[in-house]
Amino acid sequence: MKLTLHIWRQKNASSPGKMVRYETDANEHMSFLEMLDVLNEGLIAKGEEPVAFDHDCREGICGSCGFVINGVAHGPLPSTTVCQLHMRHFKDGDELYLEPWRAAAFPVIKDLVVDRSAFDRIIAAGGYISVSTGSAVDANALPVRKKDSDMAMDAAQCIGCGACVAACPNASASLFLSAKMSHLGLLPQGQPERMERALNMVAAANEGLFGSCTNIGECEAVCPKGIRLEFIARMNRDFLKAAWTFRQERVESD
Amino acid sequence: MKLDARIPSGPIEKKWEKCRFDMKLVNPANKRKFSVIVVGTGLAGGSAAATMGELGYNVKAFCFQDSPRRAHSIAAQGGINAAKNYQNDGDSIYRLFYDTVKGGDFRAREANVYRLAEISVNIIDQCVAQGVPFAREYGGLLANRSFGGAQVSRTFYARGQTGQQLLLGCYQALERQVQAGRVTMYARHEMLELIVIGGKARGIVTRNLVTGKIESHIADAVVLATGGYGNVFYLSTNAKGSNTTAIWRAHRKGALFANPCFTQIHPTCIPVSGDYQSKLTLMSESLRNDGRIWVPVQKGDKRKPSQIPEGERDYYLERRYPSFGNLVPRDVASRAAKGACDEGRGVGETGLGVYLDFGDAIRRLGKGVVAERYGNLFEMYERITGEDPYTVPMRIFPAIHYTMGGLWVDYRLMSTIPGLFVIGEANFSDHGANRLGASALMQGLADGYFVLPYTIGDYLANTKLDMVDASHAEARQAEADANGQVKKLLGIGGKRTVDSFHREMGKMMWDECGMSRNAKGLEKAIGRIAELEQEFWKNVTVTGAGEELNQSLEKAGRLADFFELAQLMCRDAKERNESCGGHFREEFQTPEGEAMRNDDDYCYAAAWEYKGPGKKHELHREALSFEYVHLAQRSYK
Repeated sequence: MKLTLHIWRQKNASSPGKMVRYETDANEHMSFLEMLDVLNEGLIAKGEEPVAFDHDCREGICGSCGFVINGVAHGPLPSTTVCQLHMRHFKDGDELYLEPWRAAAFPVIKDLVVDRSAFDRIIAAGGYISVSTGSAVDANALPVRKKDSDMAMDAAQCIGCGACVAACPNASASLFLSAKMSHLGLLPQGQPERMERALNMVAAANEGLFGSCTNIGECEAVCPKGIRLEFIARMNRDFLKAAWTFRQERVESD
Repeated sequence: MKLDARIPSGPIEKKWEKCRFDMKLVNPANKRKFSVIVVGTGLAGGSAAATMGELGYNVKAFCFQDSPRRAHSIAAQGGINAAKNYQNDGDSIYRLFYDTVKGGDFRAREANVYRLAEISVNIIDQCVAQGVPFAREYGGLLANRSFGGAQVSRTFYARGQTGQQLLLGCYQALERQVQAGRVTMYARHEMLELIVIGGKARGIVTRNLVTGKIESHIADAVVLATGGYGNVFYLSTNAKGSNTTAIWRAHRKGALFANPCFTQIHPTCIPVSGDYQSKLTLMSESLRNDGRIWVPVQKGDKRKPSQIPEGERDYYLERRYPSFGNLVPRDVASRAAKGACDEGRGVGETGLGVYLDFGDAIRRLGKGVVAERYGNLFEMYERITGEDPYTVPMRIFPAIHYTMGGLWVDYRLMSTIPGLFVIGEANFSDHGANRLGASALMQGLADGYFVLPYTIGDYLANTKLDMVDASHAEARQAEADANGQVKKLLGIGGKRTVDSFHREMGKMMWDECGMSRNAKGLEKAIGRIAELEQEFWKNVTVTGAGEELNQSLEKAGRLADFFELAQLMCRDAKERNESCGGHFREEFQTPEGEAMRNDDDYCYAAAWEYKGPGKKHELHREALSFEYVHLAQRSYK
């Protein structure tokens, strides 16, 4: 199949970028990234710079890849990262517009590559259970209701790709935040730090220039791992409860 | 050079305890005075960096990905072994030890394997405490599944994403230490050189992949946790960025490289579909619990699988290995698949594939149960192939998956360069000639959480470390070498892309040093790879500049090291005149086509010493003795 691509080209964070048009060939068995590999091989052969994009495992689990195809983060197929998106879902003559994630919190590094380190800072602020190596009890000493464990796993599947932020008109990271808070908050191990976790992670997201959630739901629609909007409700509950519970403590420490 | 594995004396079940007692401790107040560099943030590196941070060391951690959470451990699907015996099915530390030594075809070090089995139980406890959502039974206790090479259920799992969940646990522990100021994280940094001062590893040279800046980092010890080198074959199940550069550069500075030819070919991957293919996708071995592998009895049978009646199907693993059936170890399953395809009974358009059929499982358990166990794997398969495995059998074919070889380390995980520790897949020690399923995650976390943090303390407490900084002549030289390589690659200005060279070399490696090998083919491959390497240095084209994000340049530097490694792998394979585990030499097989080991002459780990550019490596041998699991031909029949 023949495709026309319009790709965002930007040399680095400080230069302006623009859409550049390319014509390329593809076949239906290729993944979207393999189609770009072929385009890049052609560009290099002509002495032009290849299009930079993040990718690593190409199995949809590492969360490295991701860009916007015709206005949709990770492209048209639901629950699929671009590395797992195959060209059989496109047709001859298609015209595709590829752009990086757009969010103040994710500055462009080059072409389709953005800086998502703000996500790491959110996790560092409280997205964990504080248990140093060696201090754990026997794994079966703490039974967990299967339903809770399964739901924690649903939330834990987040791959941190950033599509939710890119799709959100407010560039909110709420789906990402709530996935981690729900994963840990649903488990008995996660209870002792549950309230502080909610406060600290939300504070880190605010510092990271992410917007607020207004329950639009675009994030859930593009999430390649099917993280559900209901986790945001859980987060909000925790956050509100924590904000009241810890009000006195905060006043005292201020 | 004499290789001293520093294996503690005494009975095997007391060795690790004795070692821990014999080791010197660093006073808690003094730990912050020591600095440690950790390269790689997968299960091994991430857990080591987090644990050393908790202990109070100053840690600098590096990864080439944009976040430590992306390391390739994340893609491990099936599970992690532990000798918990929660199923009451006869498992024990000793049995896990026994299975692993036997599964590795008697080419691993007994003492290391025993320690691994011993620690396995602590890993599960630690991970559960961190909130890893392992699969559970309705009563709330942990569930287990079976894996290849074992007759007990000892594998813990989190759907088909066990690696992801374990890595996130360890990444979160790491980020906790970043927040505490104990670990400084350098993402998008690639190690290009090791700095050795006064015979000790004292730092690394890195390239900032965003700005291109090359700089030195100095520390009291260096830990490499940079994973395997399966991408030497171009097509593998590894992530695209996985590479050998860190361990190869350390090897060039004096660290011996052990058993480079021991590579694992995973039997259940999605077959190759075309020339543009960039990587292969694994389907977890756990699928073999319920899936049945077969090919048509007739050669060249082009009927649809549903039209082939039961009597005309050959369930060749069940037929040849009745006691283990579809759960034989990976090397055995892979060779059997190759054998079936070589006979012309392969399926799919290319004839390079066999069926993995869930028809019986769905009839026996119902679609719901199958979906719960393997749903995400089925979805992944459908996404890639466009076929629905609930109704059409999967097509699978073996692919390069893991490398058992790596830098030689002693019992304390230190390489032949004092102060350079190597953990996880990057070292060679625990899996011998074949790794059992669900053991990679176990080894990575055992090394990182529970072994290295102890043994590195002993090194730091016992070693006189001079004050050095990045202005030291050795550091400057290493920086100049890294800069020189970048300039050289950018200046060649040839006609061929990096990928075209890599594909060509990978094909040669797959053909001659893949699932089966012979002396003539290996000799031919060494010559052809050397020629291709020469052409690379004259005719490769790398666009762009050094002082920016330049993905072609990154790939070119990695490939340059793969060229050298590939030749050593072929030489190692040629030197080892026996078949063992994943190393199958056509000249050495039983009349039934099973691997034929030669314990009289090859019961050793081959550790290769780098002698300089263009010079032949020198072979050193670490003799392996088997006092507990007695040498015997593996049988899964």
